[in-house]
Amino acid sequence: MSLGVYITPIIRYGAHMPETTRKQKTTKAQSKTETAEETKPAANGDKLIAELDDLLDEIDDVLETNAEDFVKNYVQKGGE
Amino acid sequence: MSIPKICGIETEYGIIAKGMEASAVTASSLLINSYVGRFDQNIGWDFEDEQPGNDARGFSLDDSFPPEIEMHLVNTVLTNGARYYVDHAHPEVSTPECRTVDEALIYDRAGEEIVRQSMIAAKGFLPDGAELIAYKNNSDGKGNSYGCHENYLLARELPFAKMAALITTHFVTRQVFCGAGKVGTEFESMPKDSIAFQLSQRADFFEEEVGLETTLKRPIVNTRDEPHCDPAKYRRLHVIVGDANMSEVATFLKLGTTAILLAMIEDDQLPEDFLLLNPVSAIRQVSHDPTLRQAIMLENGKRMTALEIQESLYQYADRYAQNFGLESVSQIVGENILCRWREVIEGLQTDPLSVAHIVDWVAKKRIIDGLRTRHNLRDTDSKLKAVDLQYHDMRPEKCLALRAGLETLVSSQQAVDACTSPPESTRAYFRGKCLELWPNDVVAANWDSVVFDIGTGPLKRIPMMEPLRGTRALTEELFARCPTPSDLVAALGDAVSSSSFKPSN
Repeated sequence: MSLGVYITPIIRYGAHMPETTRKQKTTKAQSKTETAEETKPAANGDKLIAELDDLLDEIDDVLETNAEDFVKNYVQKGGE
Repeated sequence: MSIPKICGIETEYGIIAKGMEASAVTASSLLINSYVGRFDQNIGWDFEDEQPGNDARGFSLDDSFPPEIEMHLVNTVLTNGARYYVDHAHPEVSTPECRTVDEALIYDRAGEEIVRQSMIAAKGFLPDGAELIAYKNNSDGKGNSYGCHENYLLARELPFAKMAALITTHFVTRQVFCGAGKVGTEFESMPKDSIAFQLSQRADFFEEEVGLETTLKRPIVNTRDEPHCDPAKYRRLHVIVGDANMSEVATFLKLGTTAILLAMIEDDQLPEDFLLLNPVSAIRQVSHDPTLRQAIMLENGKRMTALEIQESLYQYADRYAQNFGLESVSQIVGENILCRWREVIEGLQTDPLSVAHIVDWVAKKRIIDGLRTRHNLRDTDSKLKAVDLQYHDMRPEKCLALRAGLETLVSSQQAVDACTSPPESTRAYFRGKCLELWPNDVVAANWDSVVFDIGTGPLKRIPMMEPLRGTRALTEELFARCPTPSDLVAALGDAVSSSSFKPSN
């Protein structure tokens, strides 16, 4: 079956990654090297904890204020 | 020889109406009408060839149960080739058919954008303070589930039973990287809080290995035999077992790994060594074990963990790629799939938290575990269930997935463009272009035809039975030399038939 055209990949991997993700990736690669050299594992752990803390601060801010009512009222009909 | 793995995703969104009284059906209709009304376009769906009751095992149930699709509900086709409609009590977006899984990912993301734009547009029609909110998830936590279905093109000559047995292993074990995560369990015979957290939204709802149902006694392999293309040559494998993913990489992997394994089955390159002894209990066993350590029983008496099975499937796929190539999923895309597949397996083996930027259940669990510790909560606290739901909230200002540090593959511009432009590499291009060029002349469309009213004589139906015809490469010149639908119908000559389509509104 001939398509007539060669299909080029639509997603240019990495090209559209947001800055934050790219940063994360660099950090990851670095942390791999660090682990290999067995240096500063504690500092890396601290960094992960700080990142999670920032995330949880944000989640606490945007989470539905009355969680119990929100959960109770989220009722759907079965689908498909 | 494996055939091109044309694919697409159908996503049913959860919906709630806040600050107003509206049934789920009304809310869903309002949401979609707000969007299509905005573009002043309302093209009907042509049901002429719909047969959801046809079973791949060779019989039909169409006379014994009512059709799946209620005719009076909103049902529309968009210029990007997608279908946007009310299915039961949910808004649903079906992406156009795509030649590759990275295209399908872009159109799934476009589906999210369409739903977001619909929510904003709907506010203009609602009382002050009221809003419609959509959730890209699969369960309400109270035993009600709605689906995210995948579709893949298969060769008709491939024996269905053999394919079903082989792909079941993947459907049971791929949850380790494409599960969207869930707090608690909804499995009927277990107390709700007996499981704190599980990998999948859907695993609790599967009761059969193979079958036709999608709403009751759901089967791991669905047998709906409705190819929406030439039935002598093709099948459409309708996969109902997956979760809707917020992570783009998870969607890419879910589609990509499945497409490669299906191509391998067509080429007889997937061995029977990994058939499961009891897939229905195994799918829950895997989902209920976030440690990923529990082994499941194989038919040959061996025991392996889901992750070990995935590693083996990956190794077979890698060997297949070397010997057969990956043209059925497009070579470059296929190589990316394999690369990502290995990355996620290795990450899960080392430490699941290392793939929190790829795997939804890990990203969600990280938030839940963190919040539980921070506020000293019980496993059953509503706050944790709220996180579970709000992870999938389609409002950017509320969506937790958008804050979870997930890696993205699709740019915002790509997603926005894909809301209106069709993919170029399948017949969806023809459908989308017809709707874009002649919205007032197309009276109906569906997956395998477009119906025109050319002003004189009966309605004209243009069949599209080949998913790889109607591409941009094959039709651009045709569109260029046909300024009107009458010209198009004349140019296509004998291919066009008269249609009995009657608009319902």
